[in-house]
Amino acid sequence: MNLSVNVQEDSNVKVLEVSGEIDAYTAPELKETLMPLMRESGNEIEVDLENVQYMDSTGLGVFVSALKASKESGSHYTLKNVQDRVFRIFEITGLSEIIEIKAAIRGGNE
Amino acid sequence: MEETIRKNTVKYQKLLQKYIETQDEKSLYDLELISKAFIKKNILPEELINLHIQAMERIYPQLLEEYKLSMEFLLEATVFYGLALQEVDYLRQEKDVLTSEISVAANMQKTLLGTQRPEVSGLDIGAISVPAHQMNGDYHHFTKGSNGTIGIAIADVVGKGIPAALCMSMIKYAMDSYPEATMSPNKVLENLNRVVERNIDPSMFITMCYAHYLPAESKLRLSSAGHEPGYIFRAETEEFEEVRAKGIVLGVMPDATYREYELAIQKDDLIIFLTDGVSECRDGDRFIETEELLEVIRKYIDLPAQELVENVYQYFEKLQDFQLRDDFTLIVLRKEV
Repeated sequence: MNLSVNVQEDSNVKVLEVSGEIDAYTAPELKETLMPLMRESGNEIEVDLENVQYMDSTGLGVFVSALKASKESGSHYTLKNVQDRVFRIFEITGLSEIIEIKAAIRGGNE
Repeated sequence: MEETIRKNTVKYQKLLQKYIETQDEKSLYDLELISKAFIKKNILPEELINLHIQAMERIYPQLLEEYKLSMEFLLEATVFYGLALQEVDYLRQEKDVLTSEISVAANMQKTLLGTQRPEVSGLDIGAISVPAHQMNGDYHHFTKGSNGTIGIAIADVVGKGIPAALCMSMIKYAMDSYPEATMSPNKVLENLNRVVERNIDPSMFITMCYAHYLPAESKLRLSSAGHEPGYIFRAETEEFEEVRAKGIVLGVMPDATYREYELAIQKDDLIIFLTDGVSECRDGDRFIETEELLEVIRKYIDLPAQELVENVYQYFEKLQDFQLRDDFTLIVLRKEV
């Protein structure tokens, strides 16, 4: 399964539209796009996971390193439209407590 | 190698001549045998072309000069294929070396991280842990304290394979240094978290559940660092109860604290711990649902604990065509008295 990552630039928010499955094979692609943005200072980033039905712990690892990088750079990211199955792993791992996740349009998380 | 070329020179010439004259299928088949013999001896493609040039010159001494030059030209072109082939051969040898090194490492890991199911009267324990590849990124461990407390650790590190396996050794050695039986589960996790946070790559983390079973009081005390929830099968109601304990994964927040949960265990109740290699099993493109996993456990619930976990494993191994996608660890404890 492939993963595609598109960056849409709004006025001052960069939106990463991710679609596909995030696993050990595809996570590097997400990491390559997300990390440079997180290391720059003052970026506001939204990661749209509406079209991600599956993510494993390697995917979570990308968001964990993004969080660590953001603490140093002062950039900030939020996740949006997280699907139930994916939200579950953020919740179990306790990462939903430290990563900002906006409610999905459908599916009743948060 | 030269022996093989020499032995086949005349044969090749005869086959070629026969084919040019009759276009006989049989000579193509015999040619195949020669090719295979050459490949087996690592003879390069340019040697074969050379053989062809010589054969043609012997069969047709009056060949056009242009034809001869064209064959030289072809010979040059083939040299690079030969080089590529040699490289493949080299890579194959290198891969064999790596494979054998990894299998040594995997054996070493088994010895280092090995654990024995403790013998406890009145408690039936079953455990299975199978890596998706050679090395295991799951970890489980049992301890038995002098006061009879049984310590149960189950952990899963991000990713799989060698990096995950190396990371797990850290947990094992950090835990060996704690007075586990007297240290409460939440303190164990808090200490481990500090060790992991300082020593791990920013994109890695570990999920872990640590529990104490106190046989005298029939109590289970546990804390979880973002680990897949366990279950308790209640014998009285024949229902599964999810054990969802809150807590963040190890390695992300330096000063994380963990809550301790306490559960009363009754006779014939079954305590279940697992990793996401179990709960995230796939049947083709479909993920199995929690209910399905629990139904499979229920199917084997009357078996002794070790047979139970082995049967559940075999069920999911078969469902996934014997190709595990992730490391798989399942532990059950049944209170028998």
